Amino acid sequence: MSQPINNRSITETYENKDVVLDVKGLRVYYETPKGDVLAVDGIDFKLYEGETLGLVGESGCGKSTAAMGILQLITPPGRIVSGEVWLDSSNLLAMSEEELRQRRWTKLALIPQGAMNSLNPTMRISAQIRDVIETHEGRKRGDDIKERILELFKMVGLPGRIYDMYPHELSGGMKQRVCIAMAIALDPMVIIADESTSALDVVVQRVVAQTMLRVKEALGVSMIMIGHDMGLMAQMVNRIAVMYAGHIVEIAGVEELFYKPGHPYSQLLIESVPSLTERKPLKITEGITHDPRNPPPGCIFQLRCPFVMDECRSVEPPIVEIRPHQQVACHLYKEQEDGSVIDVRDIATNP
Amino acid sequence: MSETLLQIRNATKVYKQGKNDVVALQDFNLTIAKEPASIVTIAGESGSGKSTIANLVLGFIELTSGEILFEGRDVSQGTANEMREYRRNVQAVFQDPFGVYNPYYRVQHVFDLVVKNFKMANNKNQSREMIEEALNVVGLYGEDVLRKYPHQLSGGQRQRIMMARAYMVKPKLIVADEPVSMVDASLRASILDVMMRLKEESNISFLYITHDLSTAYQIGDKIMLLYQGTVSETGVATDVIDTPKHPYVQLLVDSVPKPDPNIRWEGEIILPPEEEMRTTAKAGCRFYPRCPQRMDHCKNNLPPLYTVGDRGHEASCYLYDEEVMAKA
Ligand SMILES: Nc1ncnc2c1ncn2[C@@H]1O[C@H](COP(=O)(O)OP(=O)(O)O)[C@@H](O)[C@H]1O
Ligand code: SF4
Ligand SMILES: [Mg+2]
Repeated sequence: MSQPINNRSITETYENKDVVLDVKGLRVYYETPKGDVLAVDGIDFKLYEGETLGLVGESGCGKSTAAMGILQLITPPGRIVSGEVWLDSSNLLAMSEEELRQRRWTKLALIPQGAMNSLNPTMRISAQIRDVIETHEGRKRGDDIKERILELFKMVGLPGRIYDMYPHELSGGMKQRVCIAMAIALDPMVIIADESTSALDVVVQRVVAQTMLRVKEALGVSMIMIGHDMGLMAQMVNRIAVMYAGHIVEIAGVEELFYKPGHPYSQLLIESVPSLTERKPLKITEGITHDPRNPPPGCIFQLRCPFVMDECRSVEPPIVEIRPHQQVACHLYKEQEDGSVIDVRDIATNP
Repeated sequence: MSETLLQIRNATKVYKQGKNDVVALQDFNLTIAKEPASIVTIAGESGSGKSTIANLVLGFIELTSGEILFEGRDVSQGTANEMREYRRNVQAVFQDPFGVYNPYYRVQHVFDLVVKNFKMANNKNQSREMIEEALNVVGLYGEDVLRKYPHQLSGGQRQRIMMARAYMVKPKLIVADEPVSMVDASLRASILDVMMRLKEESNISFLYITHDLSTAYQIGDKIMLLYQGTVSETGVATDVIDTPKHPYVQLLVDSVPKPDPNIRWEGEIILPPEEEMRTTAKAGCRFYPRCPQRMDHCKNNLPPLYTVGDRGHEASCYLYDEEVMAKA
């Protein structure tokens, strides 16, 4: 059995490494007859070289829209309202379609949600990967391309005999690995994987997740892993960005987020992770959410927040670094003049 | 008077597919006692036969062989009257509440239909009271939800409404097929809580179908783990998950990602290609192609359930057969 691949130190930080992707103020709206749905409403984050960043949140909070926005793949009724996406010292959102086309796959690859079900059913697996390579690099000799594709198969743990097979002949786990092979075919700097293991059974999910980790280490790529399974995030990522209704409400190291979640929504997410070791009372919360076309002024989480204060209903909370590697957008945390941060609940209870 | 609520005996379901018949369920046995009410979990990966059991109990499909008894009576032999009673006593809640609700009708309509189908009320007032009571049981109020359309409610609320609808008929058993798998984690607890309360306060039993072990661990009484149409392990849910005995269940429990960044998966597992291609074992233990502890004996013999612990903890694996182990 090979070395465990996920035993690296998790406190390891990437924040002193180079920034490979820098997303600034990204807004993506969808037009509807009753007004725009503010699917992604001003998100900022950096992705550092070699790290895996998790992007988590409940269904509909804007994760996939953010991914599509970063790659400029938004189509009507969606539109990018504002923002910048810096990759390799150029802003993707200011590029022509041709310039973008050259960078997709080669610099920035996306494994879209449900990718394994959108493989072309009438094309052999090898032909689909060949297509990706030749579209960017021009036609290749048959032997060379075959060698390269088999090498890719090896990296993601696929047997060579599926070379001539069609998608329907493969299991879900194998199709998902074909998608990973395509994503790494042109040696990108960044891979965005959208719910890539979500539809799989738990054992297969583990195999695919471990394949992704191994490929990531081997190629040294940076990765954004989109998902909603907190257990999987704990296993796979270095930092986590928590999204709620189009906003990132917290970005923290995986340990900080799991052991000391700062934002009330992150706390709720961590508390509702079902346990397999301890039978505990169910934590019940109400799910009142606002109309995504008409968010309330102030904090985006105010309708569900157990700590909501007057200020939250009018002022949007700024991002505060509550401790190293942990930034939270919530009025509970106040930065003092000396740079220290206090939790207003501590003042309320110990005057 | 029989003591059992539901009894499934040697149930086998084969789907005819030309030459390659699919055995979706083989010789399955299950008993749910009348008292006390309990939550029996059927867990397994997709294609393991979970939904087949739900569909058999609900009468959507027919058994190839075996029988299903409800309160001691064979449900396939019932008179028209008995069938009507059965359909009232056994209610269903499914995965996607969107699929069940017609988007053009308000929530009120869902309840009006039930009242009408089961002739439950003599007048409007009585009907209104019944609906309100059922909604209160799941923590909702008529004035908040009855005038709404399905899309105006959260997934958690829709699923609780389905529970209220099932409860209103005062059934003895609710078949819940993946009721929380489409609901976000932070809203799941409210649905699981309703199931617990219906069990404890209204004496309603559940056949809870899921692929997720953790919810079974939190609310389930007995659990049955299916692998390719056969039961690999059964027992009290916490016993089975705390100390799994079958190699498949051990692998399964071990693969659930721990929500703790300091407890990582240990080692990598390799799936044999045969399994990935879903070549189902035709004879012998269904887990043989993947089993890290397989023996020659397992190849051609299907293991029965062996007692492996207290409180009905059983596993179908030859590792627990003394004779086989002595020879091996
Ligand atoms: N209508 C059908 N025709 C043919 N095969 C079926 C049909 N329904 C289910 N099966 C097969 O039966 C097996 C069990 O399926 P199912 O009961 O749906 O399992 P689960 O609910 O665990 O997904 C699978 O191999 C599946 O492919
Ligand atoms: S800003 Fe206010 S409403 Fe928002 S999460 Fe913090 S305490 Fe809650
Ligand atoms: Mg199913």
